[in-house]
Amino acid sequence: MKFRLKCREASRLLSEAEDRQLGLSERVTLRLHLGLCDACTQFSKQLGFLRRALAAYPGPEEEKTDSA
Amino acid sequence: MKSPAEALELETHRPQLLRFALMQLRDRGAAEDAVQETLVAALQGAASFAGQSSVRTWLIGILKHKIIDHLRRTAREKPLEGLPEELDLSDFEAAFAEDGHWREAPADWGNPDQSLEQNRFFQALERCLEGLPTNTARAFMLREVMGLETAEICKELQISASNCWVMLYRARMSLRECLDMNWFGTPQAPQVAKTGAKSKGMKPRV
Repeated sequence: MKFRLKCREASRLLSEAEDRQLGLSERVTLRLHLGLCDACTQFSKQLGFLRRALAAYPGPEEEKTDSA
Repeated sequence: MKSPAEALELETHRPQLLRFALMQLRDRGAAEDAVQETLVAALQGAASFAGQSSVRTWLIGILKHKIIDHLRRTAREKPLEGLPEELDLSDFEAAFAEDGHWREAPADWGNPDQSLEQNRFFQALERCLEGLPTNTARAFMLREVMGLETAEICKELQISASNCWVMLYRARMSLRECLDMNWFGTPQAPQVAKTGAKSKGMKPRV
């Protein structure tokens, strides 16, 4: 098992975490990486938002704040 | 007096249903068929519409089944086209430097869920979805819009699980970049009170 992840690999794992249960070693290395990496932490939040956005698709039936 | 079906004004939903179907099927004829089947089914079931959800939610629920039926039929008839290109992730190499770090770190989107109240956000999202290659878009929407598990997507599209994960990764990488350029940070997006400190607090659940 590789102990240190690069962002390239971390981004793959973060995406796969949305689709499958990661293994223990994957979870550990990913946590270690996220603890040190703001960029991947933001990426992870963006993935969470994407999930919520697609679940809400096609969007509100009545506009609330779209007057701009 | 209006019949139950007339009272629901099903036809008024046709354009939006068609867009929804097109987004996933990428085939006008197939999308029109799926919508037609949906409206026919709704017409037959109108009397039993309980009114617990909105008419649109009810119709989209029916349409989702019709879309999956269609994908299931076509996947059996012919193998997916263009799959090798979509599975080749080398076009994302540019996102990372040689040492494996992000070339441009993903930005803080602040409180992005405010956008979910705006139809303009969903228009931007649709434009981004349209930019995805066909199989990738189908797999991604089956996963995120239909809520299917990877195993079911593999079965519907007749691809392996690892290929499925690659396409879902492609979709997410593309969409986050597209939304970053075309929504967040543009004047259309809700203005976000940016916190100065980089958010270290909220840990993603891994």
